[in-house]
Amino acid sequence: MPKKPLDIRYSRDHEWVRLDGDIATIGISDHAQEALGDLVFVELPQVDRDLEAGEACAVVESVKAASDVFSPLAGKVVETNGAVVDDPAIINGDSEGEGWLFRLEIDDPEVVDSLMDATAYAAFLEEEGA
Amino acid sequence: MPPPDALPLRTIPLDAWHRAHGARMVPFAGYAMPVQYGASERCRGGVLAEHLHCRAAAALFDVSHMGQAWLTGPGAAAALERLVPGDIAGLPPGHQRYSLLTNDRGGILDDFMVANLGESRLFLVVNAGRKEADFAHLAANLPADVALIPLSDRALLALQGPGAAAALGALCPPAVALPFLGAAALPIAGIDCLISRSGYTGEDGFEISAPADAAPALADLLLAAPGVAPAGLGARDSLRLEAGLCLYGADIDETTTPIEAGLAWTIGKRRRVAWDFPGGPILRAQLEAGPMRPAARRRVGLRPEGRAPARAGTQILDSAGAQIGTITSGLFSPTLEAPIALGYVRADLAAPGTRLAVSVRGAALPASVVRLPFVPHRTAA
Repeated sequence: MPKKPLDIRYSRDHEWVRLDGDIATIGISDHAQEALGDLVFVELPQVDRDLEAGEACAVVESVKAASDVFSPLAGKVVETNGAVVDDPAIINGDSEGEGWLFRLEIDDPEVVDSLMDATAYAAFLEEEGA
Repeated sequence: MPPPDALPLRTIPLDAWHRAHGARMVPFAGYAMPVQYGASERCRGGVLAEHLHCRAAAALFDVSHMGQAWLTGPGAAAALERLVPGDIAGLPPGHQRYSLLTNDRGGILDDFMVANLGESRLFLVVNAGRKEADFAHLAANLPADVALIPLSDRALLALQGPGAAAALGALCPPAVALPFLGAAALPIAGIDCLISRSGYTGEDGFEISAPADAAPALADLLLAAPGVAPAGLGARDSLRLEAGLCLYGADIDETTTPIEAGLAWTIGKRRRVAWDFPGGPILRAQLEAGPMRPAARRRVGLRPEGRAPARAGTQILDSAGAQIGTITSGLFSPTLEAPIALGYVRADLAAPGTRLAVSVRGAALPASVVRLPFVPHRTAA
């Protein structure tokens, strides 16, 4: 499994965030891609769309089931990862790196600190019985 | 913690075997069943890989949750004919047939396989979720000289794929002499099995019934055969949908008739004189009225454009955006790398080539009616 990037944060819905200035890169966690299985279809939000924290904004689908992706933060979509739309398997292979989904310009970078860090997320998964 | 009133899941004979082989177990029809496996030497595991492995080589499925029973006595075929539209009396020894149990409204109580294994014995395989109901229904409708013997101590394994014949042939040469839908009692390494050359994938393959206590040894032998990898219920569902085959409870149920479901072929030619089975007169009327009968609907195959899967419950729309049907099964086809679906539409819109739409996340995505199967069958001759 690829080494976990530093400063990665996680939501309770199994999305991750990495912040660079006021640009947040967002994807689904390795745990999420493992649980979903081989992904076959990805739908990403439109660029320039404004998202609320917790808003359903993307869809990832395996052969059998569809799963909503919720934005962990409020912000405006500034970029989406076309590579995963063309080849959803990239998400399975490297969900927390190459498999990123979209980037947001966020108003309040400090909000990211309230998300779980890698250690807290690992503990969260333990508690969930993952 | 499960709620206190939840019944524990029933286990199939190979429960421990599956867990030892890296299976992810899920509840299905009241049983803990393998939905997919982890990586092995021959297959990296997961629904997609197991599906593709079946079409490329050979996959081993466990369907021991299904109901198996003997129906015995000289009157067995006639007794069964009273409950199904099929020609059972004309089913020769050594052959198997797909049939339906119907109700008085012409609806389908279950779909099942019946094999004539000679000596006045019919071997039945029914769906797991319906087996108690089916066996009660059969038992309540038998004459004194016909017995129904449910077999609760047997496993049922399905070996499916272009490599299935070679894999099984090394262990049981007479099995590969069976024609498609042939059936016989044959030994595999000293284990007394009932084998049919049939399946639920559209590929060549075999369904093998064996005593439960011999199941681990049998599974080990089959898995050791060249090219065989285990596959779970996830791949089983995507394979059968590509093959255009119905899933009871999704595509057919008590509210669908064989005419609507495109299964009129199960009504035997000889049976179309007397129509003497539950719902017979209703089905006769539906067949004679054709697609112009009011509220007539037909099961069709759909190919949505693009890559977005359209799943069960999705509305099917006509070119004006009005709902004219509903999807009953839908997923992303691993073989076609595109979405496929089964659903019912207004019968006058059921012709292959009809351009319709499916409503996915608020958008009407174009979809065309196509002939079934989505992926050609490659069963034995």
